[in-house]
Amino acid sequence: MPLAMLQQGHRAILRSVSGGRRLRGRLAALGLIPGAEIMVLRNGGGGPFVVAVNNARICLGRGMAMQIEVD
Amino acid sequence: MPSITVALAGNPNSGKTTLFNRLTGARQRVGNYPGVTVEWKEGVRKTPDLDLHFVDLPGTYSLTAYSEEELVARDYLLGGRPDVVVDVVDASNLERNLYLTTELLELGLPLVVVLNMSDVAAQKGLRIDTRRLAARLGCPVVPVVGSRGHGIDELLASVLDVASRNGDGLPRRVDFGAQIEPHVAALVSTLGDLDAPPPEGQRRWYALKLIERDEKVLAQLEATLVAGPAAAAASDLDLEGDDSSDIIVSRQRYAFIHQLCRTAVKGRAAAGGDLTDRIDRWALHPVWGVPIFLALMFGAFHLTFSLGAPLMNLMEAGIGRLAAGLASLWPVGSESPLRSLLLDGVIGGVGGVLVFLPNIVLLFLCIALLEGSGYMARAAFVMDRFMNRVGLHGKSFIPLLIGFGCTVPAIMATRTLETRRDRLVTMLVLPLMSCGARLPIYSLLIPAFFPQRWQGPVLWVIYVTGIVLALLGARLLQKSLFRGEATPFLMELPPYRMPTPTSLLVQMSTRAWLYLKKAGTVILGVSIILWALTSYPKAPAGWTPPGEAPSPATTTLDQGTAAAHAMAYSVAGRLGRALEPILRPMGMDWRIGTALIGAFAAKEVFVAQMGIVFAVADADETSEALRTRLRQAYSPLVGFCIILFCLVATPCMSTVAVTRQESGGWRWAMLQFWGLTALAWVLAVAVFQVGTLLGLGGA
Repeated sequence: MPLAMLQQGHRAILRSVSGGRRLRGRLAALGLIPGAEIMVLRNGGGGPFVVAVNNARICLGRGMAMQIEVD
Repeated sequence: MPSITVALAGNPNSGKTTLFNRLTGARQRVGNYPGVTVEWKEGVRKTPDLDLHFVDLPGTYSLTAYSEEELVARDYLLGGRPDVVVDVVDASNLERNLYLTTELLELGLPLVVVLNMSDVAAQKGLRIDTRRLAARLGCPVVPVVGSRGHGIDELLASVLDVASRNGDGLPRRVDFGAQIEPHVAALVSTLGDLDAPPPEGQRRWYALKLIERDEKVLAQLEATLVAGPAAAAASDLDLEGDDSSDIIVSRQRYAFIHQLCRTAVKGRAAAGGDLTDRIDRWALHPVWGVPIFLALMFGAFHLTFSLGAPLMNLMEAGIGRLAAGLASLWPVGSESPLRSLLLDGVIGGVGGVLVFLPNIVLLFLCIALLEGSGYMARAAFVMDRFMNRVGLHGKSFIPLLIGFGCTVPAIMATRTLETRRDRLVTMLVLPLMSCGARLPIYSLLIPAFFPQRWQGPVLWVIYVTGIVLALLGARLLQKSLFRGEATPFLMELPPYRMPTPTSLLVQMSTRAWLYLKKAGTVILGVSIILWALTSYPKAPAGWTPPGEAPSPATTTLDQGTAAAHAMAYSVAGRLGRALEPILRPMGMDWRIGTALIGAFAAKEVFVAQMGIVFAVADADETSEALRTRLRQAYSPLVGFCIILFCLVATPCMSTVAVTRQESGGWRWAMLQFWGLTALAWVLAVAVFQVGTLLGLGGA
């Protein structure tokens, strides 16, 4: 399911990222690669998203959270 | 004294800048990389035998072609060939930070890894075996605490040691495993056979970038013999696994990092529940987030203006005394051109800009606090929902807000934005936020043309028009000039930290220095030109502007009329008349054009210039005499068009100068200047023509 559906406080494993190669590269550099464990710190309703990965907090737009598949 | 160049690389928020400030102190130079919006910093550290030239590269997470910052950093590392690279790693977030390290290892440059904030890591329960880490990476690993200056001597010793090894102290390469290494080996050898091969040490890096399909490297090597084998290698990897080649490479980097950390790091940092999470519960709160942000902004502005006002008065008094002192060098009533140049040109122009220095310094202190503490990223998060609708980044809100005060620091504040596109778009529309210097124009003109009960609404319409135009302009720029450059909202929320006094001081003083430098160069030059335009040529005795009844040469004119005639005869007056064909469709005449030319120095100068062309001596924004003259000359419709034109058109010379400096070239400054002027003209013509048709043109 897309990351955007994940509730606040829930954990998941990142499966895949749909989107351009440049975006994939940036996400990978931030630790968001397939297989990474992530936790939703804030599902901002209509606004941006905060996830924890590798001890860092990453804030991403809602559109992007729809492009990231997790389970 | 012999010297070596040391490049500082590292993630944003890794404490790289704090360390840079520790290493170089006040001996820094700040500028922009040519043609780009990326800031460039250089500083010197003197040691007994060597001068160390430190170059602070922009903070990056990797060396892909994702952003301007990454391209600048990697171009410097590949082309500038520093003698040593220092990789600043946040020890409390080791795995993510080492990702960049895996790229730096492939560059064939001597490397020193700095474990910054090792105290924070220790508090979090991480024990890092630096010796083991160093052995696995094949380069020195130095734990430091940049904020307190611990470990600086050890770091310098390691840098000197690595530099003295003359190339045989290179770090180990990452082993990318059986799936990737054969492709790398093949591509490295093909790269070596090219007519213009990359330097030997960089070939592995190039090979990996080809496999990752890095767009810049592909374009660079497109026409060479390596293009075919590179494409084949990448698609081979695509087919072998269920991921594309770039993901396979990234995953190998993390596999290397995991293995590294397993052997060298004991303990696991507990995620969550720390101070940052507790603050974020409020700072990112869906309801309280915005009020908290607005309260902090209010605090920042309040501090700037309440502390700034007395300092500004002091500056004003000082400049006034300097002017009086200079004036007394000439006899009373002297019309010496040198006196006029110094007093009206130099002090009038540069002094008017210098007065704002205390406010600028305080404002940047506040911004440095917000940024250094880590709050700025939260502000962006909170405001993103609103700014997103107009296609701007959440962080653009702060410069736009500062724009209501003064456009110049607002444009300097766009440095907090990460991408070139966000910076340029924000910068280009910023002059539309009606700055404080335009208020005197409105205070003069609105009461001149509108009855009491309309004055408030007109002022409101003007401000709202500016905001709406800025937002529409931002949208338009993104759909046109910056199309396809859209970067998604993606950023790190760094942990909250106490900014160090050194960092605050350094940041503040570099901004102040940039401002002063601009006042002393471009603004000084333009002030002198504008002074000359409005002062020369001198009108011969008895000359009267065309259309006015000639007065006999023997009559003595009153001071105001004499000044008005002098202005009309000057280059600015003639330019105003030459511009009449353009001014007419807006209902304006040459006098407005002439006043606008003078107002290029600073918007509020418009008021004084109007006073001169209308022969009202010593007019300010409350002058009833000037208002009466204006009412006689123009209808309220024209008055509104003048206000509208002053809002939108011709950013002042300081804005043009700072836009040039911050955008990295005249191109954007000129686009801003002429774009806004054209927009203002179209708007004012439309309002005047439609208004006239509707019969609003009369009194």
